[in-house]
Amino acid sequence: MNVELRDPNVVMKLSRLGSFHQSKLSFLRSFLKEFKDWEYSRDLFELDKSGYGVAVYSFKKNDRVYSLICFANKLDEKERSDRVIATKWDAAFTLHDGVPTKKDIDRLKKEVPKQEVGRLSYKELTLSRANKSVRVFNHVVDCLSEGIQPDVKLLSKVGYLYRTTAVYGSGKFGLADRFRIKNRKEIYGPFRLEMMLVYLVRQFTFDQVNHVAKNKNPKKAVSLDLNICTNLGIGNSTGLGMAPFIVNHPTLLHNWIFARETALKKIREIKEVKVKDIKLFKDCLKKSLKNITSWNTESEYQQKKIKSLLQDLNIFINFLEKDFNFSQEFAFNKIYFWVEKNCDEECIEYIVSMMMEPYDEITSSLVTQMSSEEEKYFNIPTERTIEELREIIEKRYSRVLKIDFSKKENNKNFWFISKNKEEPRLADRFEENGSDLEQPLAIARDIKKLHESLTIFKNSSTIDKFLAKNPDLRHVVRRAFIIEKFPYSEIQDNTIGKSAIPIDMLRLKLSFFGALKFDPRSDKWLRICMFQGAPLPEQLKNYNDHWIYNSLN
Amino acid sequence: MKSLSEIETVSKRASRAAGFSWGIAEEIGKNIRLMEMFGINGIRNLNYYFKIKNKKNFEQVNSISSENKIKKLEFCPIASGLSFLDQVRSLESFGEIKFEKIAYPLLFVPFISRASEVIGKKLQLTIDNKFFLLNYNNSIYSNSFNDGIVEIGNNVLVKFCKNTDSFEEKEWDELYKLSENTFVEENESSKQVGAGAGLTDND
Repeated sequence: MNVELRDPNVVMKLSRLGSFHQSKLSFLRSFLKEFKDWEYSRDLFELDKSGYGVAVYSFKKNDRVYSLICFANKLDEKERSDRVIATKWDAAFTLHDGVPTKKDIDRLKKEVPKQEVGRLSYKELTLSRANKSVRVFNHVVDCLSEGIQPDVKLLSKVGYLYRTTAVYGSGKFGLADRFRIKNRKEIYGPFRLEMMLVYLVRQFTFDQVNHVAKNKNPKKAVSLDLNICTNLGIGNSTGLGMAPFIVNHPTLLHNWIFARETALKKIREIKEVKVKDIKLFKDCLKKSLKNITSWNTESEYQQKKIKSLLQDLNIFINFLEKDFNFSQEFAFNKIYFWVEKNCDEECIEYIVSMMMEPYDEITSSLVTQMSSEEEKYFNIPTERTIEELREIIEKRYSRVLKIDFSKKENNKNFWFISKNKEEPRLADRFEENGSDLEQPLAIARDIKKLHESLTIFKNSSTIDKFLAKNPDLRHVVRRAFIIEKFPYSEIQDNTIGKSAIPIDMLRLKLSFFGALKFDPRSDKWLRICMFQGAPLPEQLKNYNDHWIYNSLN
Repeated sequence: MKSLSEIETVSKRASRAAGFSWGIAEEIGKNIRLMEMFGINGIRNLNYYFKIKNKKNFEQVNSISSENKIKKLEFCPIASGLSFLDQVRSLESFGEIKFEKIAYPLLFVPFISRASEVIGKKLQLTIDNKFFLLNYNNSIYSNSFNDGIVEIGNNVLVKFCKNTDSFEEKEWDELYKLSENTFVEENESSKQVGAGAGLTDND
């Protein structure tokens, strides 16, 4: 049986993308899988009794070494802010390519804590910073120094000791350009080195908290229980900076979604589902409920989604146990149809993720296809005709062509780059200044304008002639020819409309990262947790790939 | 040192701020990245070009012909480069194309480099006494690197190179004969069981 890939007009809607969940394709899971055989070590740990100083952690295999260099500094309470607009942090980190020399560490000590205003070199691969969850960190120090383990309920509620507030890579602030390292087999999956940084930062937080507790009360202090460590992750605060990324990298976006859609298609095409796979699917599904019941948020928007997800999942599990016969042919295809008919988007995408759990043989090969050589598709095929371009637009953008941009609510916002932080922001074009400096992120509106502009050109006329007369539409002409080859490369929605929810764009990206427990703090920024439940570096050699459902929280 | 990613982003944003559309700004960002990667002074030339762009109002060339003459001022290197890139498939029949006076002509180079990749042919570019051989956008051979800022190219010529061998047939034969020394004489039985589709696989 041949199952069709899902329609991009359905999958690429913002509300659907904003309902995606982590899966076996997620980058933090594929990172752990790739690096499980690497040799981990803590190479340097020079912190004072308050936990300030330098530490270095590394992963090594053959001649390749990646080293995380951590700088922990004293931070005044008043200066602590998670937002990207902050200028000082409790700790700053960089992932160095190779073994850093003393000279490298001295150089980086001056630059890394400054983050965006510091300068890195081609020897550094990623850059980040993080703040303590002071309440949790201090509680853990107090308990450990008294020889007792901390309150698991409190830890479980927060989920981490530190929150990162941005992770940079790919040439930012002088970091190595991707072309320098892209041929390394171990980083074929996207964001792998960003994931490595976050993972090693997590270990640093445990080592630091143990170190501070030990120094506070050397005779009595105990180390943080390893099971408790495993059930802590790293928090992250993410704002709008992440949203334009998925618009600015269309072929990469396609490859992520295409991998997910291909996995789903192949699973739905399985004629006879093996007993062990049924067991694993059900097992992961049931265990995963803990991740939902422990999902805390004050956001009403997210609370509604969680409530609906939990309701739908209970109905689904009931259906699975009482009414569904897994021994019938193409069982997962039937499950998919049932879920599409009976559940909301949040639950549909949850089940899609869960279906992948038994199928390493399907997902493993897809993981390596999730990067993109974007340069290859940059040139516009100017010899093509107006008729061909119109056909592409009408076929691939049928949903956005129906939007009426003369209505104020559909043209309400504009994306711009802020002057103080050079970060993407969203503003109301009718109430705030700056719409003349709008970023090219209103793709739906500009595609519609392109479609209208084509009407006065002859069908047989070529694109070069159109571009000579319409230079302002060049960016969307390029995109239209990209979507012809990459159908999942565009968000099929209006990203500047009144009803658009920007955090849906963040959620899409973060789900591919592998984040859990999305906690929107407004419609423009949110908090998440990464690596909660993940094995510690020392446990990687024999870890369980389904760790994400084994969290105690 | 600035990364190529920073170079591309800043060039793109600066180009938009200098009045180009976002689509063209994207092209300029890619081009300056290419120039800096190939060792040509992209950032310096772009910076100086933008400083005088609005004062001088350089001429556009929308439809390229074999000889492109200015009316008054110099041609804009971006507009002429973009037109060349967009129209390159229909320009090949000219064999060579002349431009009279292009301002900041080094900014014209990456468009020709990319055009070489688009049509799958090497292109020769001469800007007065400077020579560039553009190899499918994989490399640039030139007698003129680190020229700093070049304000004008009075005579600019682009030649389409034919896809021909750069060597004599005799030289090929000699080398081929030498390569035959890696072959082993086969007996009748191995010929029978191992014969494939052709005599050689050109691997």
